[in-house]
Amino acid sequence: MQNTYTNPIYPYRKSADQNTATPAHHPVVIIGAGPGGLALSIDLALQGIKSVVLDDNNTVSVGSRAICFAKRTLEIMNRYGCGKRMVDKGITWKKGKVFFQSEQVYDFDLLAEDHHQLPAFINLQQYYFEEYLVDRTQDFPQIDLRWKNKVLAIESTKNLNTLTVATPDGEYTITSDYVLSADGANSKIRTMLGLESKGQVFQDRFLIADVVMKADFPTERWFWFDPPFHKNQSALLHRQADDVWRIDLQLGWDADPDVEKQEEVVRPRIEAMLGEGIEFDLEWSSVYTFQCRKMDHFIHNNVIFVGDAAHQVSPFGARGANGCIQSVDNLSWKLARVLQGKAPVTLLETYNTERQHAANENIMNSTRSTDFITPKNEISRIFRDETLKLAKNYNFARTLVNSGRLSLPCSYNDSPLNSIEVETFNTNLTLGSAPKDAPLLIDNRESWLIDYLGNTFTLMVNIDVQTPEKLIAELNLLAHQDDLKLLLVTGNNDEAKNSRIQTTIAHQIIIDHKNIILDRYDLTPGSTYLFRPDQIITGRWKSLSNVQVSSAIQTALGFELEK
Amino acid sequence: MKLNVEANFTDPDAFYASLTDLHRNLDRQQSESANARLILLLANHIGDLTILEEALTIAGEVK
Ligand SMILES: Cc1cc2nc3c(=O)[nH]c(=O)nc-3n(C[C@H](O)[C@H](O)[C@H](O)COP(=O)(O)OP(=O)(O)OC[C@H]3O[C@@H](n4cnc5c(N)ncnc54)[C@H](O)[C@@H]3O)c2cc1C
Repeated sequence: MQNTYTNPIYPYRKSADQNTATPAHHPVVIIGAGPGGLALSIDLALQGIKSVVLDDNNTVSVGSRAICFAKRTLEIMNRYGCGKRMVDKGITWKKGKVFFQSEQVYDFDLLAEDHHQLPAFINLQQYYFEEYLVDRTQDFPQIDLRWKNKVLAIESTKNLNTLTVATPDGEYTITSDYVLSADGANSKIRTMLGLESKGQVFQDRFLIADVVMKADFPTERWFWFDPPFHKNQSALLHRQADDVWRIDLQLGWDADPDVEKQEEVVRPRIEAMLGEGIEFDLEWSSVYTFQCRKMDHFIHNNVIFVGDAAHQVSPFGARGANGCIQSVDNLSWKLARVLQGKAPVTLLETYNTERQHAANENIMNSTRSTDFITPKNEISRIFRDETLKLAKNYNFARTLVNSGRLSLPCSYNDSPLNSIEVETFNTNLTLGSAPKDAPLLIDNRESWLIDYLGNTFTLMVNIDVQTPEKLIAELNLLAHQDDLKLLLVTGNNDEAKNSRIQTTIAHQIIIDHKNIILDRYDLTPGSTYLFRPDQIITGRWKSLSNVQVSSAIQTALGFELEK
Repeated sequence: MKLNVEANFTDPDAFYASLTDLHRNLDRQQSESANARLILLLANHIGDLTILEEALTIAGEVK
């Protein structure tokens, strides 16, 4: 059925570990090469950490699952060096229509904020997303990706994990300090360790189909509530790469999944939806029941759960893979520093607390969308329907219509890793939040702030102070600190002055030529922002003190947690 | 408490009459729909979540 995409088949290769007399030992073993496992291996490699990745299959996602990848995910992919490829292949969209029964109630344009390198989100089939990650893993000698390696058993003690792995050449055993379990929603590792993911199954079924349209169709997201072609249910039409369109049809709880996914049943439904005379090929169809659930704790001994294995959401609002990648982003730099002896082991516990907070937020958002789409009782349905009717003429009601919200990153506002904030910044960015991108000039070249953040701590300082001597002295004390890079920002293009500062502290200067950094960060002269290796804002001050910055880095590395 | 529970109508009797007039010729189902629209309109006018939550709490308490 699938014509636009052929799954790559990756070769199984026998590893030296399969011939050793005693089990080989690795610092990090990742189970699963889905979006989570692949991203983990790349993020760790970027920070100098080796890993072995085991996957039971030899290809990427079969059939499309995730399609919507949001800005924060793309920023992380940009840090990994795959963002551009994904954006180029994906569909950037911003318009949509909402229908209720037989009429269109409104249309919208997301009008994303200007001056960002990456779009608010793209639609890209999950198999492409994974394929590009697999390709990127090839650039790192630190990554040992093993296809057709299925983990059959795990034993975990406080300090050591032992894994039994099945391959086409038989079984072998390896040990590791850490296991990162990214083996998906039905994680067997979780079950083997007697752990659970708890939550809610929605009493509903959805047909997810990918079709190729033969004719032009607008690049818009169309959502129908209770359409005439599918009474009392909902439907979604959304464009992906290669002229493939995603169709979601709500089927109700009583639908028989085996019957519903057959082409002769799917076809008439889609014909009714697209209208007469629209020709299409059916690429893929499957029937899903959705759940929102998570584990109470993402860490068990030295086994750390990531992605769907740790937290699962219904797809409305696209927070599954997006949430998964943000968990990877959160965990990798922490684990790297623990393994390098630069941070206490307790730092890992903040992966659990920060991402539990995020998982709750993602589950809350997905549940709210699901409840709007599938009202739980008669009065909820009345409110839903009346909201949609009012939305036709009244703008306010459109804000209540919820067919899935844009996936936004969670802010770790209460994180113990944040410094204490004493001054007021006139911006909606807070400590614990992801950065906001901005255009800049470097060596007379246009570039983007987001390209200069991450992988190490980053200190962004506005150097346009009246008397720069003190600032330069402070900067010099930080210039050669391990795991810290400086980002010196000026609002003016005074080359003579800039090159003077540049030579005094031997550091490149970036020019905020459109004043967007100043605006978005309230980065007035002397102001300083400290970003974590995952780009999260962790400290900020109105003037620079190397003592404050050093102590903020210690806090962000978890040394305060020890006390 | 931010929700105003003191008398605030410019003309209570007229409001009450209009409210019952709205429902006079409606059947049960139509009335439920009209009530829903009315709640949505008024809730948006108030806007502030704290005030709305207070109203929701009181509405949930009264038996
Ligand atoms: C219909 C649908 C639509 C979706 N739409 C979106 C969307 O628009 N946006 C979004 O963000 N998310 C979406 N999602 C969610 C998204 O697909 C998941 O969140 C994402 O795949 C999670 O990635 P993961 O790496 O945690 O797990 P998975 O992708 O499930 O990967 C797990 C991997 O582990 C391997 N594995 C399992 N067990 C073992 C073992 N014992 N040994 C070795 N390997 C093993 C598997 O083969 C697999 O490769 C959607 C999901 C569905 C079903």
